[in-house]
Amino acid sequence: MIDKVRQHPTQNEPLLFEQSSPGKRGYQLPELDVPPVDAREALGAANVRDDIEGFPEVSEVEAIRHFTRLSTWNYAIDLGLYPLGSCTMKYNPRVNEAVARTEGLAWAHPYQPEALSQGAMEIIAALEAGLAEVTGMDAVTLQPAAGAHGELTGILLIRALLASRGNPRKRILIPDSAHGTNPATAAMAGYEVVHAPSNDRGMLDLARLADLVDDETAAVMITNPNTLGVFEEQITGIASLLHSKGALVYMDGANMNALMGIARPGDFGIDVMHLNLHKTFSTPHGGGGPGCGAVAVKSHLEPFLPTPRLRRDGGAWTWHYDRPQSIGRVRAFYGNFGVIVRALAYVMAHGGEGLRNVTLDAVANANYIRKRIEAYFDIAYPAPSMHECVFSDDRQAKHSVHTGDIAKRLIDYGFHPYTVSFPLIVHGSMMIEPTETESKQELDLFADALIAIAQEAEQDPDLVRGAPHTTRTARVDEVTAARKPIVRWQPKQ
Amino acid sequence: MYPEQYRYTKEHEWVNAEGGVGTIGITFHAQKELGDIVYVDLPKPGTAVEKGKTFGSVESVKAVSDIYAPVSGEVLEINTALANAPEKLNADPHGEAWLVKIKLSSPDELKELLSAEDYQKYTGE
Amino acid sequence: MRYLPKSDSERRQILDTIGVSSAEDLFAHLPEETRLRRPLALPPGKSEYEIVDYFRARAAESANGYASFLGAGVYNHYRPVLVDTVISRGEFLTSYTPYQAEISQGTLTSIFEFQTMICQLTGMDVANASMYDGSTAVPEAAMMAMRVTGRDHVAVARAVHPEYREVLATYLQHQQARIAEFEYDRNTGGIDFASLEAAIGPRTAAVIVQSPNFFGIVEDVKRAAGIAHAAGALLIVVFTEAVSLGILEPPRDADIVAGELQSFAISPSYGGPFAGIIATKEKYMRQIPGRLVGETKDIHGNRAFCLTLATREQHIRREKATSNICTNQALIALMATVFMTVYGRAGLRELAEQNLAKAHYLAGKLPLRFQGPFFNEFAVSANGRTPEGINQQLLEGRIVGGLPLDRYYPELAGCMLFCATEMNRRDDMDTVAGVFAAEEAYAR
Repeated sequence: MIDKVRQHPTQNEPLLFEQSSPGKRGYQLPELDVPPVDAREALGAANVRDDIEGFPEVSEVEAIRHFTRLSTWNYAIDLGLYPLGSCTMKYNPRVNEAVARTEGLAWAHPYQPEALSQGAMEIIAALEAGLAEVTGMDAVTLQPAAGAHGELTGILLIRALLASRGNPRKRILIPDSAHGTNPATAAMAGYEVVHAPSNDRGMLDLARLADLVDDETAAVMITNPNTLGVFEEQITGIASLLHSKGALVYMDGANMNALMGIARPGDFGIDVMHLNLHKTFSTPHGGGGPGCGAVAVKSHLEPFLPTPRLRRDGGAWTWHYDRPQSIGRVRAFYGNFGVIVRALAYVMAHGGEGLRNVTLDAVANANYIRKRIEAYFDIAYPAPSMHECVFSDDRQAKHSVHTGDIAKRLIDYGFHPYTVSFPLIVHGSMMIEPTETESKQELDLFADALIAIAQEAEQDPDLVRGAPHTTRTARVDEVTAARKPIVRWQPKQ
Repeated sequence: MYPEQYRYTKEHEWVNAEGGVGTIGITFHAQKELGDIVYVDLPKPGTAVEKGKTFGSVESVKAVSDIYAPVSGEVLEINTALANAPEKLNADPHGEAWLVKIKLSSPDELKELLSAEDYQKYTGE
Repeated sequence: MRYLPKSDSERRQILDTIGVSSAEDLFAHLPEETRLRRPLALPPGKSEYEIVDYFRARAAESANGYASFLGAGVYNHYRPVLVDTVISRGEFLTSYTPYQAEISQGTLTSIFEFQTMICQLTGMDVANASMYDGSTAVPEAAMMAMRVTGRDHVAVARAVHPEYREVLATYLQHQQARIAEFEYDRNTGGIDFASLEAAIGPRTAAVIVQSPNFFGIVEDVKRAAGIAHAAGALLIVVFTEAVSLGILEPPRDADIVAGELQSFAISPSYGGPFAGIIATKEKYMRQIPGRLVGETKDIHGNRAFCLTLATREQHIRREKATSNICTNQALIALMATVFMTVYGRAGLRELAEQNLAKAHYLAGKLPLRFQGPFFNEFAVSANGRTPEGINQQLLEGRIVGGLPLDRYYPELAGCMLFCATEMNRRDDMDTVAGVFAAEEAYAR
């Protein structure tokens, strides 16, 4: 039953500071080929620090052992399936890592002469074009650093366009099933958030939306498929409704894995959207970033895109800064270029047909899981699932076993939990997205695990509620961590 | 369970009025729903509060709940003991873990609130 | 396709279990008007070898093998080999955000160490687990100061990185906030304190300075702090060259430090991805944006780490969130953590001393524009010729010269910004000096 328990080589690896000893070193610098300089003379004595107190002092051996041991305490895609909904934890191809390290790209300085940057600019232009084709949009910016950053950029674009027409307007409609960054972004951009309710099929209620849209509505922020994994079947009607009132449609493209080669947001009425390159386009999550929140727009929003933009001028790429309607910069330099390289390598490896096959397998895998477990768990909404499916813990709750418990018990079976308690509109939700890079064997192991836990919930609920039982740490005390936060190591007094 | 002399809101706050001063807190039901409370965010003394508007928040690990003023007035005193021991809110929400004391500006507002019996019925407990 | 781990027969079994005859059937419920009915117009999928060749060809068009004296917010420093060894481990590279503490202790522990080292470096009490970069850390710090003080004006030095100031303006334009800029002293290159005094008022939430500033000049942070605090404003100190903290007294008088860690083994990579940080005093902990890792115990009483104070974040507070950052830069922060570990307490100091020596050697041979103290960057005058002319001559010798400053500071036309690090060799610096000397003879 428990196939994947791993033995950790060291259970008690101390922190770096606890292994430090004065004089231990992991580095050696070359001899100076210029005269040394007295820091106090050059900088002024008050500007020179005495010491970096508490900073680690370990050898190279201890450093490599420390980080290697820490790494063995992590779960990762390289070890197995992550069923996290809307995270699209797919395989991170290693060729992407190799090409990002190509010396001329890795060491390119953003201010080096344009004549020596044509290769880098070509890469950015190629990915912009590829993403425009996949999304059916007219122009793409790769400046934003992550999805939330892309959302902010997108909403600022909407504001700028509406302001240029005379009134930036006041409100943005957001479904109650939306990811938390959506309302946070709207508020940061100076808009009031109005909640758009879902109907009993888990989709946006077009009739109720019509009541909420007025002349002060700037936009609706939708996710399609939504966070239930369900395609918003009335999307073209929703887009028409907003457009008829002079408002725009923003799409959170986190779930793009369900649409590639099948449907393009630009074709079903979206004005502006972001993509998470660290989701659909396979760039590694790395424990929480980096990402890239590419933003794709229709031509009416193009003049407002962040500056600078790439332009061809006399047969060469150049950065174009003179863009009076632009919202400005959303970050220094041009974007997370290293992530852009990885995403372009991914697109190149697949081509158009390959990306479509990715979507076909992603949706098939999610439906396979749904089919295999639907006799044991309550599906949240009966509508067809796309790349993810959402169940609720209602059946298990009768035995006082909740989604959080089931999720923790999955760890004992060797898996990372699914997304717990999101979206908020499903009580006790279990949000599952396997992605396309999972084999049938892995999918079956996962489904078998969930089925076993469903049975445990009835026969031995305490076993589930006390999980995980097989990890190095268990039931970490998050309450004390929040009441009395300790966010740095301190030497013992 | 719910003190007779207190008055209650549907947003799960209580107020105990005595001599023009109202002591305000959250109810047993509220702290139960929130789970282990980790932090309480309260206004400074001197702040004006308005009936029905938020004046602070209560946090558990995974949720934040706004606190709505049951009556209007000016904050006289806040319960500083909660800063270091927010868990008191779970232990004694109606007594030791009061949140603020306010000088009532419109004592008539008390009449619009629920009695202990009505509040108990409302929570269905 | 090599990333899709299924045989045709397995696909068939999956579709049979679902109860459809083809995968296409799973999309039958989509309205026809939303469907794409032609193939995506992208070149066909390529082999691994073709992909490697493509990027190698693009890289060949870059500044390969050139010596570079560019800084201006992105710095050339050696990257210890151990950095890529560690971050390439699949358990770090391909792991998710550490929401599930039991199976993320590797990431959480290393972030806790990172937070600690940033505090030690900056002299602050609390540091978060990374922002996107230095440029976005600045508006986040400004918004934090606005929340803490309840005020809505911000005063920022013109000697703060120009692109950072642009980002600040973009973020604050919809926060009902006003930004005032104050000047740098034309002689020292540091803060013009009269201009600073004039720029602040009773509504100023924060004074923002960078040290070393964009011109490489070390600022008098203590004096700026005194002025800011006297006006009831917070002091935000920004840094773009993290190695400077190896030798410079940290900005202990700052209320918030916002910085860029690219110098710590993060490849310049044409501008990103980098890693920013925000660090602050204990009393502002609950106002800091971004993720925080905290120490706690597990059910057996063993030390463990977890994400904490999550209620500040967008996924809980939603429209009331103090910032909307979700994905941050965890892997990049790990690069910096390994770098800081490899160099350590003595090494970072020695590295900084080498930078100081290299830059002062070069600066000694060039016409300096400013008199203030500098670390590894400095502005020089082109004295009669143009920065472009000088750089053109240097390029012929496969050297990328300094950044012409008129791009951001029209009053500094004819000046350029040079940076010298431990990676710059004496003979290249002598070549640069030679080009300047020749042009002096030319100007005479």
